[in-house]
Amino acid sequence: MVGIIGYGTQIPRFRIKVEEIAKVWGADPVALKRGLNLNEKSVPAPDEDCATLAVNAARDAVKRAGINPAEIGAVYVGSESHPYAVKPTGTIVSEALGACPFVHTADLEFACKAGTEGMFIALQLVKAGAVKYALAVGADTSQGAPGDALEYSASAGAAAFVMGADNLVAELVDTHAYMTDTPDFWRREHAHYPEHGGRFTGEPAYKKHITGAVNAILDKTGLKPSDFNYMIFHQPNGKFPVQVAKKMGFTEPQYRYGLLTPTLGNTYSGSSPMGLAATLDEAGPDELILLVSYGSGAGSDAFVFKTTERLPEIRDLAPKVKKQLDTNKTYLEYGAYAKFRRKILKPE
Amino acid sequence: MREVAIIGIGMIRFGELWEKSLRDMCVEASLNCFKDAGTDRVDSITVGCMSSGLFTGQEHLSSLVPDYLGKINTPASRVESACASGGLAVRTAFLEVASGISDYALAVGVEKMTDVSVNEATYALATASDRDYEAFHGITFPGLYAMLAKAHMDRYGTTREQLAEVAVKNHANGVLNPYAQFPFPVTRETVMNSTMIADPLRLLDCSPITDGAAAVLLTTETEAKRLKKNPVVGITGIGMGTDTIALSQRKDILRLDAIDHAVRRALKMAGKKIGDIDFAEVHDCFTIAEILVVETMGIVDQGKGGPATIDGLTALTGKFPVNPSGGLKAKGHPVGASGVAQICEAVEQLRGNAGKRQIDNARSGITQNMGGSGGSCVCHVLEVK
Amino acid sequence: MNVPKHWRESPQRYRMEAGKCRKCERIFFPGRLVCPECGHTGFDMVKLSGKGKLHTFTVIRTAPSGFTDFAPYAVGIVELDEGIRILGQITDCDPDSLQTGDRLTSKFRRMNDEGKTGMIMYSYKFVPDNGI
Repeated sequence: MVGIIGYGTQIPRFRIKVEEIAKVWGADPVALKRGLNLNEKSVPAPDEDCATLAVNAARDAVKRAGINPAEIGAVYVGSESHPYAVKPTGTIVSEALGACPFVHTADLEFACKAGTEGMFIALQLVKAGAVKYALAVGADTSQGAPGDALEYSASAGAAAFVMGADNLVAELVDTHAYMTDTPDFWRREHAHYPEHGGRFTGEPAYKKHITGAVNAILDKTGLKPSDFNYMIFHQPNGKFPVQVAKKMGFTEPQYRYGLLTPTLGNTYSGSSPMGLAATLDEAGPDELILLVSYGSGAGSDAFVFKTTERLPEIRDLAPKVKKQLDTNKTYLEYGAYAKFRRKILKPE
Repeated sequence: MREVAIIGIGMIRFGELWEKSLRDMCVEASLNCFKDAGTDRVDSITVGCMSSGLFTGQEHLSSLVPDYLGKINTPASRVESACASGGLAVRTAFLEVASGISDYALAVGVEKMTDVSVNEATYALATASDRDYEAFHGITFPGLYAMLAKAHMDRYGTTREQLAEVAVKNHANGVLNPYAQFPFPVTRETVMNSTMIADPLRLLDCSPITDGAAAVLLTTETEAKRLKKNPVVGITGIGMGTDTIALSQRKDILRLDAIDHAVRRALKMAGKKIGDIDFAEVHDCFTIAEILVVETMGIVDQGKGGPATIDGLTALTGKFPVNPSGGLKAKGHPVGASGVAQICEAVEQLRGNAGKRQIDNARSGITQNMGGSGGSCVCHVLEVK
Repeated sequence: MNVPKHWRESPQRYRMEAGKCRKCERIFFPGRLVCPECGHTGFDMVKLSGKGKLHTFTVIRTAPSGFTDFAPYAVGIVELDEGIRILGQITDCDPDSLQTGDRLTSKFRRMNDEGKTGMIMYSYKFVPDNGI
């Protein structure tokens, strides 16, 4: 038996509203908010990046797990905004946690799916008996080009999970992948902002892969949508996951805790993992959770978790997602946001 | 140990001296000093400078200064104790003469601060704090003293007005000093409405960024008398103290032990109590610093520095004048030069040559020059012999 | 290029490792080789909690090189629950609403970098201890 033994999250305190961005670009905020089911997004402070968000989330995960960090044998940070192009974020996270030096690490990148890919690797390493504990983090401070549709959603946050074989809070029931080469979104080397395929990101990309992964894991496990207490899909906006969920026979009570995008934005590698953390904050023991990520390029990882009696005992050891999301918020105007995100720069 | 006297002082006017280099300033101040002494005999040179490397890219002042002063082959050293480098240079020159190693010892204090931007200067000054555990975190010197001001306000009820009055008093004195960078008066309102630098300290609570140099020539008291110097001004007490480099590591951040030790040692050597002294030149790098220093020196009780300033105790005409020169605040603060310039002012006062800022019947004075947030402090007691 | 200098301090900056004198049991941060209290030279490593209260603070408005983009920012001396004081930035707060005595906790944050292509320095900073 393997699964999650601790989890933690970090969300920056800054927010920007859709209206504030729309005002600058002459867009219609009402149509955007309705079309994307998105009201505001998190913005990293100038002293936050993928590494800091990952460390702070991972510290809470270790706290909830109640383990000695030196016993963590593998650390994987998934992100599309690693602070260095070459030099791992995983070394920073491992060092800050006190996991060094007997620890495997490598950074992962798979658009918004890098976090769950790290979770898959971490779970399998524990299952194989290669390591006692493994840490997986999805963390991003993602950027949309000024005026692009992604600027309204690209946000910042991190979710971290410690995987182990004992004292589980959520047991891994099964996993399944669905992946093809589908170029719906990319960022070339040295490019500051990503480019995307517009409406091509919908049907052939997000929807096809999520649906494919869900069907595959339902087939494999023999479960049906109504068997799940909760489900989380990757959330590039608030609309896509709800559309696909409803079409596949899931209902609002199943995604109510995990759907965070309307007030968080898309935290990319942190997106569906953050939804899972928010669901673990509320779920009772012996409940089934379906987690399906999506990363452009493109692929989806599906996971079925079953919560344990231990979950309610450990979740108050660190702040819950809802508290991080709803308290101590500071709203930015576009000018400050542009400065924070280095969209405007002073001359060198 | 031989008795030591000051036979020459040399200043240049402090300010933003765009046309003068570090070497020019050292040489000018030294030549003024030789002229005042009536001799250019020098057996050793001690240069006090905090950070010529960061400010100008030039180290090795122990070669540069004798070279450009036309004193090649004179033993020279450069000493550094952050903003107390000047005081330390005088102390070192004192030891040269007192020990018998040199009969004539020149101490030159210098800092060339305007060759870099304000941000770079702020960075350079911050290296006087604990680089890895203070400056690394983005604290500045105004910031460290601002934290002291905040703590002093919290504990003793010191007010913004009281801080401002230190600047008002020192600028009033500075108006009378031909060497001052800022010889203009300020009001409490001007100080309290000036730009915030580090809460609660504002621009006019801070000493400026200044270019400048000052020099003193020391010899034995016997030699000074032989040269018929009248009056002979002697250094009768020297004292130095040190403390933790990081402010946060002190048991009580408002206790400046380095100053306490330096003052007590200097007074003990001179056989005096603070009440026997006629005036003080102290290290008012920030308004709060003067308040802390006059309290630590025992000029006023702990916590009473603010009210005493408002009451005029430390004014030029007060019972215990502090910073008749205008202090670092109005005279300017070329960090390595300030400690030497304090000695120059004390000598002017004791010779009765201080013009409109002359303190009546000044027979003894004390100088207090500190480094960092009080991590080091050098004091001298000067007397008319 | 100050890479070795920053790398050397990472146990303190990343994990707040301090030294505890084996003789008089006083804690020092950063660690020392000689106890200034009792002169002992044996120390054990202890990790600081990062939790404490604000002893005194200021708001830096004129910042040194490397920090100008962050101004205004708060820096304070924090009295940790272990009884020692350390200096650090206070982030994730409105600097003007800070009060002496405020409860704080530490977070891992970015301090600055050696230019756009240089090394990034990370360290502890403090944030108001509001449970997030």
